[in-house]
Amino acid sequence: MWLMTLLILLPMAGAMAAWLIPSNTARPWVLPLTASLHLGLVVAVCIVSPPPSPGGWIGLDAIGKLFLLELSVLFTACAFYAVNYLRYRQERKNRVLCMGMLVCLAAMSLSAVAHHLGLLWLAIETTTLCMAPQVYFNHNARSIEATWKYMLICSVGIALALLGIFFLAYSSLVAGLEPSLLLEQLRTYAPKLPTVWLNAAFCFMLVGYGAKMGLAPMHTWKPDAYGEAPGLVGALLAGGLANCGFLGLIRIYQICMASGDVQFYRAMLVGLGLFSIAVAAVFLVRQTDFKRMLAYSSVEHMGLFTLALGLGGKALYGAMLHLVGNGLAKGVLFLAAGNIHRAFASKNREVARGTFRRAPWSGALFLFGLFAMTGSPPFITFSSEYSFFSAAFSEGRPLVGTLLAVSLTVAFLGMSLTVLPVVFGDPPKNRERTRYGDTPLLVVPPLVLLLIVGVAGIWLPGPLYRLMNAAAALLEVVR
Amino acid sequence: MNSAADQLLVLVLLINFLVLGTRRTHVAIRAIAVQGVVLGLLPLLVHPFHGRILIITIFVLMAKGVFIPWLLLGAMKKVAIAEEVEPSLGYSGNIIAVALATMLAFVFAARLPLAAMHQGLLTVPASLATCLSGFIALASHRKAIKQVIGYLMLENGIFIFGLLLTEAMPLMVEAGALLDLIVGIFVMGIIINQISREFSSIDTGRMTALREVE
Repeated sequence: MWLMTLLILLPMAGAMAAWLIPSNTARPWVLPLTASLHLGLVVAVCIVSPPPSPGGWIGLDAIGKLFLLELSVLFTACAFYAVNYLRYRQERKNRVLCMGMLVCLAAMSLSAVAHHLGLLWLAIETTTLCMAPQVYFNHNARSIEATWKYMLICSVGIALALLGIFFLAYSSLVAGLEPSLLLEQLRTYAPKLPTVWLNAAFCFMLVGYGAKMGLAPMHTWKPDAYGEAPGLVGALLAGGLANCGFLGLIRIYQICMASGDVQFYRAMLVGLGLFSIAVAAVFLVRQTDFKRMLAYSSVEHMGLFTLALGLGGKALYGAMLHLVGNGLAKGVLFLAAGNIHRAFASKNREVARGTFRRAPWSGALFLFGLFAMTGSPPFITFSSEYSFFSAAFSEGRPLVGTLLAVSLTVAFLGMSLTVLPVVFGDPPKNRERTRYGDTPLLVVPPLVLLLIVGVAGIWLPGPLYRLMNAAAALLEVVR
Repeated sequence: MNSAADQLLVLVLLINFLVLGTRRTHVAIRAIAVQGVVLGLLPLLVHPFHGRILIITIFVLMAKGVFIPWLLLGAMKKVAIAEEVEPSLGYSGNIIAVALATMLAFVFAARLPLAAMHQGLLTVPASLATCLSGFIALASHRKAIKQVIGYLMLENGIFIFGLLLTEAMPLMVEAGALLDLIVGIFVMGIIINQISREFSSIDTGRMTALREVE
């Protein structure tokens, strides 16, 4: 219990320290320090498997462990990267950024261990709030527009999720049961809950957490926020906050899977998932801004998660693999994109051309990040995307499988058309050179993430494999 | 629940019309503050008196009745609003939309299976109608501050539904939800100030730099 509390208190203490340190150059070092301690703590918690708290509000299951591991690794990479990034951006005060990132880490850790739907909701809402100033880090007209859309759509979405939670609590009241919002309790209640209220709760939470994940058609804030935020904030949004939304969806999914009749939920998830993938694929083609391209790629992959939940079976294990693969690969791409953005002072593929000659390491990372993101072997995302196809065809849904294949191919081509000129093209001659150059702290963190995604695709350590299977088993239909 | 509570809920429904129909922003802010006060009093009426209920009441009154309106009025004062921006439905269109939404809410609520003690009460239709009105405000208004008011209205609708559950929802979650609401409005207030500085207007229709050009 105290170990799990420490997961939340440690980043909060880090945030306090960041607030107290007066120097703009020394402050960013709080980030990697706190992040490393947090990572160590996460590993310890995963090995010890502490029992749930007495009231059942806080507990750690396999899904939570997997989520924490992915989050902490990604955050640590971003934290080391941030030190050097913020050195480039000395003209801006970074107190709010450092504090916001650490509070966000605390809130994300809380969402991973929360087994009470109200508490989970609180944690997810807090992540939205404390990321808003980070999206606005550049303080210009474009970033204010992005922040406004982000705040409004995510707040409204999360409010709808709260209404869904109320519906769920009310459904147990209608069924004559003691109202509860504890996950385990609700799973035992599920078969007795009135279908109308459970369906309504599911729909509202799907729309609410879907807005947070960025599923189409609630995705409109995403390209703006990801495009205008600094690269490392984009990495955290795509690999951390979006996963928090997915975790919210997973929890209501677990309850619905225990209710007996699951047809409705599966159909909704498959429909919304495929729609998101298709919309993202359309917008990925002819996307000239490479940060916005990454945002649409995130919409696509959130769609894949949703689709996987809808398909069930083998796809569930794939979804757990993808949780790690997508999160870390997004980290690689966003951190590399941040470097390229600074090297050319532009994020347009017409201007930022030929990264290989200007910043070879960042260019290579961006290229291999593309392969990792689009599910090429040997990366872990290959196994996960393969499992989605095999689930679609083996569960007798060839139409879904075909649509998925077409969309993913279009998305891959679209992304390549943007990434390849950025990496290989001829650098523009008439533009002034920026003072950016690849440095170890800007290159090693994404490189480590890339290596993890690559190595895990070839050889998944035994404990991790068992953890993923245990997590997938929690998502199965309860009979 | 009792008839006093139902009468207050009718007041809440009327305020929805006022907020959506008024041209003047400070009237809308004050109206939403009154709605907040009414909502704050409701738990006292529908539940037997209890220390916990009193805490919720005080907290809600302070937040929705005083603090949030104060924040919004403050944000409005700093933003010199010279021109009025018509909502995309027009003010009369807004009122018609709210009327339709209220009707729909009543029809829909009548079909929902409710717990025996909640049958025939205004709580569920009032909650749905207020949520829908909030959505209409969010979609129709282009002025940032009125969009925030729409968001507040949506939250108020959710709060009304929460009245059915006050005994089931732990105090901590409720207080936390309210706190998040305050912080959210606070952040939005700051953003409104920045919008007016950057665009010299809080008409979100002018923010078009990030549209997808195809």
